[in-house]
Amino acid sequence: MSAERWMYEGYEMVVGLEVHVELATATKLFSGSPNRFGDEPNTNIDPVTLGLPGALPVLNRHAVELAMRIGLALGCTVQSCTFARKNYFYPDMPKAYQISQYDRPLNADGVLELPDGSSVGIERAHLEEDTGKSSHLGGSGRIHGSEGSLIDFNRAGVPLVEIVSRPDITSPDQARLYASELRAILVAVGASDARMEEGSMRVDANVSIRLPGDPLGTRCEIKNVNSVRSLGRAIDYEARRQVAMIEAGESVRQETRHWDEGDGRTHTLRTKEDADDYRYFPEPDLVLVAPDAAWIDAVRAALPPLPSVRRRILADATGQEPDAESVMTVVERGQDGYVLAVAEVGGSAERALVHVKEAFAEAGNSPALPAASLAALTRMETEGRLTATQAKTVLAEMVEAGAGDPEAIAASHGFEAMDSSELESMVAAAIAADPEAWAKFCAGEGKAMGALVGHVMKASRGQADGKAVTAMLNARRDS
Amino acid sequence: MSETIRSIVSAVRSGARSAVDVTREHLGRIEAREPEIHAFNLVLDDAALERAGEIDATVAAGGDAGPLAGVPIALKDNMCTRGVPTTCSSRILEGWRPPYDATVVERLAAAGAVIIGKTNLDEFAMGSSTENSAFGPTKNPLDPSRVPGGSSGGSAAAVAAGFAAASLGSDTGGSIRQPAALCGVVGVKPTYGAVSRLGLVAFASSLDQIGPFTNDVADAALLLETIAGHDPADSTSIPEPFPALMPSLDRGVVGLRVGRIADLPAGADPDVQNRVDAAFEALAKAGAEIVDVTIPAFTYGLTAYYLIAPAEASSNLARYDGVRFGLRVPAADTNAMYAATRSAGFGAEVRRRIMLGTYALSAGYYDAYYGKALKVRRLMSDDFAAAYSQVDVLLTPASPSVAFPFGTKTADPLAMYLCDTYTIPSNLTGHPAMSVPFGTGADGLPVGVQVLAPALGEPTMFAVAAELERAAGGAR
Repeated sequence: MSAERWMYEGYEMVVGLEVHVELATATKLFSGSPNRFGDEPNTNIDPVTLGLPGALPVLNRHAVELAMRIGLALGCTVQSCTFARKNYFYPDMPKAYQISQYDRPLNADGVLELPDGSSVGIERAHLEEDTGKSSHLGGSGRIHGSEGSLIDFNRAGVPLVEIVSRPDITSPDQARLYASELRAILVAVGASDARMEEGSMRVDANVSIRLPGDPLGTRCEIKNVNSVRSLGRAIDYEARRQVAMIEAGESVRQETRHWDEGDGRTHTLRTKEDADDYRYFPEPDLVLVAPDAAWIDAVRAALPPLPSVRRRILADATGQEPDAESVMTVVERGQDGYVLAVAEVGGSAERALVHVKEAFAEAGNSPALPAASLAALTRMETEGRLTATQAKTVLAEMVEAGAGDPEAIAASHGFEAMDSSELESMVAAAIAADPEAWAKFCAGEGKAMGALVGHVMKASRGQADGKAVTAMLNARRDS
Repeated sequence: MSETIRSIVSAVRSGARSAVDVTREHLGRIEAREPEIHAFNLVLDDAALERAGEIDATVAAGGDAGPLAGVPIALKDNMCTRGVPTTCSSRILEGWRPPYDATVVERLAAAGAVIIGKTNLDEFAMGSSTENSAFGPTKNPLDPSRVPGGSSGGSAAAVAAGFAAASLGSDTGGSIRQPAALCGVVGVKPTYGAVSRLGLVAFASSLDQIGPFTNDVADAALLLETIAGHDPADSTSIPEPFPALMPSLDRGVVGLRVGRIADLPAGADPDVQNRVDAAFEALAKAGAEIVDVTIPAFTYGLTAYYLIAPAEASSNLARYDGVRFGLRVPAADTNAMYAATRSAGFGAEVRRRIMLGTYALSAGYYDAYYGKALKVRRLMSDDFAAAYSQVDVLLTPASPSVAFPFGTKTADPLAMYLCDTYTIPSNLTGHPAMSVPFGTGADGLPVGVQVLAPALGEPTMFAVAAELERAAGGAR
């Protein structure tokens, strides 16, 4: 899982990520309209959302608290902060300014530790409001050449936290790890559902390249990256594009570029010359937000264990590495608590981890199966009474039913306990039935083993433990 | 004609007069003289009579009709009224009907007031004469060849002409106090945050404040007590309860220290300065101590204001883009539509201030202009704080001159801006200030004396204003 170093034609890449995440509040950042995805267009609106004359923003305290959770989870300093107006014209921006934070963000100076042991600095994580959503009729679906545009203001005013990393990322893999780990933290602390496909987590990448030891190069900002996988592809493409330009004697222009998932390239969206001058100034309709120590401490104390800690606990319990795929996956799905509960009631954590990862892929955060049932199943396995294959069959039925006694299900399938003496006699019978295969096996032809195992499986109607049979054959040959 | 709120309320509540009759009398005066004065953008005659009828029914049923029962009140047309056009005297908002009432409108309604109309103003409250209204100027009822002041000229004129017993205006740099002075009525800019701004169409949010125009000081106290107080829907609203004002009116000024600003910028006409000098004498005679103080930053107020206010305005007025409400001038693409809409919808002064403000906030100019203006604003607060360690209130002219004839300042924006020299500092500091009529100057026109006080110093400010009113011979 460790991030591979990226080098191309002797150049290294320097990447910083700006992640926008929609907070899971009931209402908007500055008004009482619902913060809900997928409703009928223009139903979650009010004078503040629409920027009607005379409307005034009132800050949502819960949004501040969720933003503080993010900051504290990232090791940031939570500080007293102010809001500022970022001014620019766009039809889906009702007031023609966005209320954001500029020189005094809520959270500053943190760090995100990645599962591969690397770390990425966090410059800031500040609160701001989302814009509405435009859809363009006809043409390409972009504003240029469209026949008309429709605007849905449901998203306008939805609380966002923008998390700005330092330019510490040096490879597409590391960028992907950063995005996945950040996502896991956001979900774990309950700040957001952080779904990139639905746009509740949006990642922009600032990419530049340089020869090792050189000062930072000119950066381009990549937008429209809609999955963790695309993030890696987009960064890789963009860095190679910049290397090719430099190698061709050209220079990189500072610009905003659009990632096209279809052709796998980035395209110029706007250059620095036609970038807006945002004319930031203090938002006069809002006052200083000064979280006191008691509030910060209370939020910190209520933080759940973070994914990195949970991975370490799960790894320790199951004898895995913290960045093992099964550990990563199960923690990401939030099923680690279940695995530990299985161990708690006398099951095998190691076997539970395997089952939960494989069988519970779709089951969500809280599998319906009681931990005790899975514990009983894993016990049958560790006692040698069920093979892995048999256990899988039994588990599938238990998950389907949401309950069940593994002993009874195994019995109903005729998965009887097969003691080793019974298995030994089956192995002996197989050798007797196929002396040719046995001779080849003893002569070192590994393939011959398959025929022998096949005999045993046939004799046992598929219930023999393949591993045990192999071990017995090896033992007989070596004795 | 100059009937007080208090006399109307006591007559209506006792049943001696009906609210409907009171409203009819005011509508009658409007009918007679409004075509000449043009104080209103909209007279709400039917709605006012209907509301007055409800008040009378409440009184007849023995109910509590409220502390402003049956009082006809006019609103500056930059305060939102549900379902009723709110224009800011701008083409860009023509036809727009807000879906909600401003907090002050709700509070007036709850107190039993009768909203009689929406008054004219300089477009988006930018101006000192109402000559910037897209719907034509308001005339000064005391001399229709002269301006009523601005930007709340319509609200001042409505009270001076007896069209309403009181009115509300908004004051960003003097827009209540200067027209009050020019029309000979009382006008108050309360402490910033004392009155909710919810539903006030913003000009410069950190400076805007709603306040009353009335025929006398006691009416102003009563009306301000009604509209002031915390509003959770305005984040800049002061959380503490607003102090009672009525008990201060008879306090007198014995033992109070009244400050004279030794380094006040020159520019007041001699007739105005004479009345201010007379005001100091009257207060000294009534037992106040007159103390000289200096406020060095005062002189920079105008410059700082004309960076901060346009900067905020450039942002506040950016929402008038033709996308969601108000005027839209169709064009080939979105940017052209914005430009066409805003060029057609905004008048010259509004466009000028949007450009000034945009420039002051631009990359590369922010530190030299907006940033420096914020520093002046801080200096101003420091200087006033130092002065208030020595005195309880300060006294200055409200306006450098009495009402001036139409057209005399329209060609020179800077001359117009100078009208606000003495009023602007209170907006920059957020302190309260009010204009009280104190005799007449040139051509027999009224002169307003401005009383300034520190934040939430309204009780003392009203005590001094009431003393000046007594010295001047009572209400008009």
